[in-house]
Amino acid sequence: METYTTVIQAKSTGLNLHLKELWRYRDLILLFVKRSFITRYKQTILGPAWAIIQPLLTTVVFTVVFGNIAGLGAQGVPSFVFFFSGTMLWSYFSASLTGTANTFISNRGILGKVYFPRLVMPVSGVLTHLITFGIQFFFFLCFLIYYMIAGENVHPNLFVLMLPLLLLQLAMLGLGVGVIISALTTKYRDLSMLTGFGVSLWMYGTPIAYDMEAMGAFATGGKYHALYMLNPVTSIVNIFRYGFIGIGQIEWLYYGIGWIVTFVLLFIGVLMFNRVERTFMDTI
Amino acid sequence: MGNAIKVEHVYKEYRLGAIGGGTLKGDLQSWWARVRRQEDPNLRIDETDSRHRKNERFLALKDVSFTAKEGEAIGIIGHNGAGKSTMLKLISRVTAPTAGTISYNGRIASMLEVGTGFHPEMTGRENIYMNGAILGMTKAEISRKLDEIIEFAEMRQFIDTPVKRYSSGMYVKLAFAVAAHLDSEIMIMDEVLAVGDAKFQQKCLGKMGDAAHNQGRTVLYVSHNMSTIRQLCSRCIVLSHGEKVFDGGVEDAIAMYLGLAEQFKPVRQFDTQKRKGYFGEYLRIDEVEFLDTKDGKILNELSFRVHFHCGKDVDNVCARAEIMASENYTIGTAPSGVLMEHLYKGESYSCVLHLKVPDLMPGRFNVTLLFYYENEFKNTTTLDRVENAVIFEVSEAKITRWVTRDRGYIKLPDLELSEFQKNGD
Repeated sequence: METYTTVIQAKSTGLNLHLKELWRYRDLILLFVKRSFITRYKQTILGPAWAIIQPLLTTVVFTVVFGNIAGLGAQGVPSFVFFFSGTMLWSYFSASLTGTANTFISNRGILGKVYFPRLVMPVSGVLTHLITFGIQFFFFLCFLIYYMIAGENVHPNLFVLMLPLLLLQLAMLGLGVGVIISALTTKYRDLSMLTGFGVSLWMYGTPIAYDMEAMGAFATGGKYHALYMLNPVTSIVNIFRYGFIGIGQIEWLYYGIGWIVTFVLLFIGVLMFNRVERTFMDTI
Repeated sequence: MGNAIKVEHVYKEYRLGAIGGGTLKGDLQSWWARVRRQEDPNLRIDETDSRHRKNERFLALKDVSFTAKEGEAIGIIGHNGAGKSTMLKLISRVTAPTAGTISYNGRIASMLEVGTGFHPEMTGRENIYMNGAILGMTKAEISRKLDEIIEFAEMRQFIDTPVKRYSSGMYVKLAFAVAAHLDSEIMIMDEVLAVGDAKFQQKCLGKMGDAAHNQGRTVLYVSHNMSTIRQLCSRCIVLSHGEKVFDGGVEDAIAMYLGLAEQFKPVRQFDTQKRKGYFGEYLRIDEVEFLDTKDGKILNELSFRVHFHCGKDVDNVCARAEIMASENYTIGTAPSGVLMEHLYKGESYSCVLHLKVPDLMPGRFNVTLLFYYENEFKNTTTLDRVENAVIFEVSEAKITRWVTRDRGYIKLPDLELSEFQKNGD
């Protein structure tokens, strides 16, 4: 009986993520990261500075509109760092999500011509956004240190060490939901229209542009607090702000639930991806 | 040597037209109608019969099986839509088969397109890394071969220029160079050599041939260019409408593909065939009958009877038989002197012509037959011309180990020796 290293069959055999194969293609992942980073800023005058200008402008808008005019900012801490931290985390999450959701349609030229583990595309997208996050985070630290020196009410503590875990959870969540959407959009293009709207709706369900405690029914002890906290991103943002700025509190129960939600979404995403992965080139 | 690729009973089905309703709303409507056991509002009127809906499916491949041994260069030929590219896509895992199994050993480098993953903003060097990684190389492997790749692509001067400034030829050269330097056990190529100049094409074919014959790699090659198939491949698979119709020698496969195999008939009619210009007005060939046939296989000589009639009086009629190899290029011509001095208007004639082919190598050949007349100044005018007047096959090699790809179809007289002596002293 001859043996073969690779056997392709009509029906996929069980749940196989090809993680080993993904590891073998790690150089490709890094090259994709490099490529999208280089090409995004080529022939722009400001180059990578755009990575910081965009969230800065958003933060200014949030600070003026939601903080100063609507009065939804956090009390007692500088509005700017408060909003900047939220914007930064959210843009990492939403970029990972929408990037993953669109990745197969926007790269069908490559995917239709050559095989490599399909997960290379979304994973490299998430890593690319991590670099952008890194740039923003550096500026965030600069502002934080400035405010500390200026004697404002910011108190970073040991919980800053949770940052890698927070980022990992954001990446997993963005990947999971993004893959669910991408698996559906290979069949239903309508969903790609809704993705943008859904993401901004999700943002308003997360304390990004406002402080949770200023929201009445959603605030700690409020009527809808438990429901509100089912959103895993809320816990992540809260822990980040608690660690770096020293406001709010950590609700461990909801953080744990957040991880369960994350795993469930990622698992559903992986299942759906596994189903469409092998033949989606025929439909997109 | 072991098998490199094994394809067993592979089917690939595509659905024609839109997939599902195409929209979520449409699918939900159809689903809701099924739940209520009503007629699907999204069906077209002629589709209400479920048997019709099956016609929307299209089998691009039907029960294809073959194996490829290590070191074999296999050509896959067939007309457009025969399923060649689908086959390559399945083997290179771009999409999965509907039924059947494909197994292989080692890595596959597939070039279904030139320069997959090339980004116009990146330099040649960056794109080599990108393209190489997409094809499955690691960064270290590419770095090791970088010089070789640049050298092969003849590109040293432009390697740090963004590829958007490249000419299309340079683009192709670079892309091929990367794929050719992969250490993969199996190489799959879909007509990519069609671009690039003749010199570079030869270089590529040489590289591919070297990979197969000397390094024991397996090559699957799809092309419509029969001369490259001849040059590279040792075996051919012919696909037609998704089915494998032939698997074997290159010449037979090419003949099959060009539709010559089915054309063998002892008697061929030409009287009603349309002619070019005035051909057939003075003298018209009605019928050519192949004599003493054994299924068209011949050894040294063939004879055929020609029936023809004259529309005008003609004098000094000569004939010429042009022998063509399977891909319609002439390999030799048998002329004649004046065969018939006077032919008269309205009369019908027949004659038998003998064509000696003593030193033809095995293959399928077809004969184009011409009648012409010669005036007193030896100027000639064609009277009638029919293609495929006779199709014959030389099946027995008079010399073993004669590869027509390298040596051609005709054995010339043996070399003769003279003035042999020992030099020195």
